[in-house]
Amino acid sequence: MLRLTARTRTTRIALAVVSASALALTAAACGGGGSDDGDKKSSAPTTASSASGGGDALQLPDLHGQKLEVAAVWTGPEQKNFQKVLDEFDKRTGAKTTFVPTGDSQSTFLGTKIQGGAPPDVAFLAQNGVLHQFADKGWLKPLGPEAQAQLSKNFSTGWQQLGAWKGKQYGVYAKVSNKSMIWYNTAAFSNAGATEPKTWADFLKTAETVFESGTPPVSVGGADGWTLTDWFENIYLSQAGPAKYDQLAAHKIKWTDPSVKDALTTLGQLFGNKDLLAGGPKGALGTDFPKSVVQTFTGNPPAAAMVYEADFVSAFISANTKAKVGTDAKEFPFPAVGTGKAPVVSGGDVGVALKDGPGAQALLTFIASTDAAKIWAQGGGYLSPNKSLDLAAYPDDVQRNIAKSLIAAGDDFRFDMSDQAPAAFGGTKGEGEWKDLQDFLVKPSDVAGAQAKLEADAAKAYGS
Amino acid sequence: MAPAQVAGATAGAGGGGSSAAAAPPPGPGKGSGPRRSVMGTRPWVAAVFLLPALVLLGALVAYPIVYTIKRSLYDADGSAFIGLKNFGTVFSDHGILTAVRNNVVWVVVAPTVATALGLVFAVLTEKVRWGTVFKLIVFMPMAISMLAAGIIFRLVYEQDPSQGVANAVVVAVHDTFTDNAAYPGARPRPNSDLAPSAGGSFTSKSAAAAGTPADLPLVGIPQNKVPAGAQDARPASPQPGVVTGTVWLDFRPGGTGKPGVIDPGEKALSGVKVQAVKDGKVVASAKSGKDGTYKLPAAAVGAQLRLPASNFSGKYEGINWLGPSLVTPSIIASYIWMWAGFAMVLIAAGLAGVPRELMEQARVDGANEWQVFRRITVPLLAPVLVVVTVTLMINVLKIFDLVYIIAPSSSQQNANVLALQLYLSSFGGGDDQGVGSAIGVILLLLVLPVMIFNIRRLRREGRR
Repeated sequence: MLRLTARTRTTRIALAVVSASALALTAAACGGGGSDDGDKKSSAPTTASSASGGGDALQLPDLHGQKLEVAAVWTGPEQKNFQKVLDEFDKRTGAKTTFVPTGDSQSTFLGTKIQGGAPPDVAFLAQNGVLHQFADKGWLKPLGPEAQAQLSKNFSTGWQQLGAWKGKQYGVYAKVSNKSMIWYNTAAFSNAGATEPKTWADFLKTAETVFESGTPPVSVGGADGWTLTDWFENIYLSQAGPAKYDQLAAHKIKWTDPSVKDALTTLGQLFGNKDLLAGGPKGALGTDFPKSVVQTFTGNPPAAAMVYEADFVSAFISANTKAKVGTDAKEFPFPAVGTGKAPVVSGGDVGVALKDGPGAQALLTFIASTDAAKIWAQGGGYLSPNKSLDLAAYPDDVQRNIAKSLIAAGDDFRFDMSDQAPAAFGGTKGEGEWKDLQDFLVKPSDVAGAQAKLEADAAKAYGS
Repeated sequence: MAPAQVAGATAGAGGGGSSAAAAPPPGPGKGSGPRRSVMGTRPWVAAVFLLPALVLLGALVAYPIVYTIKRSLYDADGSAFIGLKNFGTVFSDHGILTAVRNNVVWVVVAPTVATALGLVFAVLTEKVRWGTVFKLIVFMPMAISMLAAGIIFRLVYEQDPSQGVANAVVVAVHDTFTDNAAYPGARPRPNSDLAPSAGGSFTSKSAAAAGTPADLPLVGIPQNKVPAGAQDARPASPQPGVVTGTVWLDFRPGGTGKPGVIDPGEKALSGVKVQAVKDGKVVASAKSGKDGTYKLPAAAVGAQLRLPASNFSGKYEGINWLGPSLVTPSIIASYIWMWAGFAMVLIAAGLAGVPRELMEQARVDGANEWQVFRRITVPLLAPVLVVVTVTLMINVLKIFDLVYIIAPSSSQQNANVLALQLYLSSFGGGDDQGVGSAIGVILLLLVLPVMIFNIRRLRREGRR
């Protein structure tokens, strides 16, 4: 049995090598010789094949007997999907990877592990700010030449720069999200005779129409603070503009700024109207993100008609409800607020190496490759900034369109603000921005109070 | 780990050194042979026997305490000495002050109530035939880990009555005594003649006239919440001298109906209370019939029509157990659920040692059961009660798991206690182990007096 497995594995590697050599003639000689050889010379064939228009020219070292630990925040369908990528990596290299979910307080989880001397080999950081924090502490290992080659080949500069800090490239933004969209239950919309709104004022009117039909309009997952920060960021980016957005993200302007007041007041138009929130503010506060999605797409009438969150909602819909994405569940772009443009806020998980060694680098190389993106994309609920990825890999039109618009936006997007902030402010359960916006959800009339609290917490976390 | 070993090694070396120094070769000057202690052992033998315990205590107790105290005087990185600044932070941070206040509540309430309940259980079970079974059941929660108990109570306190037992009971009791509104959550169509008035009711702007039907359009009722068999709404026939009109659901699927007009297919709403109000006084009142029409007597002519709030009042949602104001009492209750059994078992053991004659004597002398309990049992049990209370106090000062698990992130800060804040400050995003250590030192200082009291009491007892 053991021998057989070993043989199939060699056959597979051989097959991969043959198919690679068909495209890149130079690779044939070293590929047949063995993986050690191939590893050393791999950079040459890679560039050769990329010049010839891409293809399966990915060279991964032989990692038989090596154990790799990968930590990320994903659970449920997102985790299952990623597992497929890891399985493929195991198959190609012979390594044994295990997935460790980090939970919401990611920097805490990883920080303790690193300080305890047992970090995972590779971690996916959900917060850009944490990348900076960890890099400053010297916990991250810069990308090796193979991973760097894949990265430069497949990713636009905007995404590459997000994974760099102080001139060194640390991470690969392999899985990103478009956080500027609102999902709706098509049955509830057609029952109410509502149409997709383009502006915030239309959006409120649509919500009102939906309410009149007897369906609660908007589902908010207020038990998870990050959904609230995403609401705020979209409104702020559209209303105050990208320049102010960057300033606030870097805490160069204070949270007591009038622009923040405007954004919170706008958000209060929704949060303050108990008719428009499914379950009212208290109900919203007790609803976590998965529930906020599920309740929008189950039952007749559903518990809500619309739910705001990023593209990964589609994976939750497919996995946890009977609704079909594209027919029962559709999305429209986050409406433009005031005179501003419709926002494009994106987030993402950046893969970084926490340990030296070929294993971590090989995994990052694979993650940055188009092969991995293709496997990942097929499961749905996944969006890749990898521009070499064929859009046909996405499972449905909804996902394909989101991906298309993201690639088309090029570098014209803004990264999630709370994810750029220090973890204490933008990424810790029950603290900082998460907690302050939860308080605001319960009491949307107190804009000034919310601003003061946000500023106090921000000042503490940014240390300024 | 390395410093610990060093500390252990030095402790061991110190022990060895002192034994060497304390056991000089038989000195010619003394002439009394090798010096021996009272117990008749050589000091170095004693030291050898004490060594393992000393090493363990030094490495696991003394060294961490000393290191924590030292660490509390350094900044977040542990590189710069900052004196008592961390303690200043502790006493100026409002979050930490909440933790201190909650700890006081915990220490006062939890041990007292748990001991009192334990005492009652112990005394009562003595007299019941099935006492052992009862004791077993009360003691059972002690066999559950804090983590599991926390998860159980997280579910018990769930807001949704269909999930949380606590609210299921509260809602069931509440609904037995109050009637539910006919159409919860509904309200008149905006921009109609009805405007919101005091207490959630809606009042018409114009005065009702005899002969012209006053129709009252309502919206916001799901189609499946309209009672089965509801008739289509019918315009009320004008009648001289009385006020008539129709109450109906002014909505047709697909939003095809005209606002304010009784379109064919729109459903009548029966059982809606309509009041006629003149100068703030209700002069007449009626309920809408099967076809939605209502008829008010002549007295209503010229009055304003009002739909009282009882038509729409939302469903009773139960108590918000884990909301900001109740979260600490709720968690304390779960703690008492766990630890009352512990108190009961200790007190029952103490009770077994109490001389029966005294109680018999008192009863013979004509004391009633309360007097026996109050004047004989409790004073005799006092030493046990003190032990139990003090043990629980020490335990409660360190409470962490229940609070961490039960409190949802939105009210975690309201439920904060010192041990949780210690964890959050050290690892929860802020990553300031200086402040964390300072809280640890404060906790130690708080536990010390209780410990000293306990030790002194034990000594006194030993001398007796």
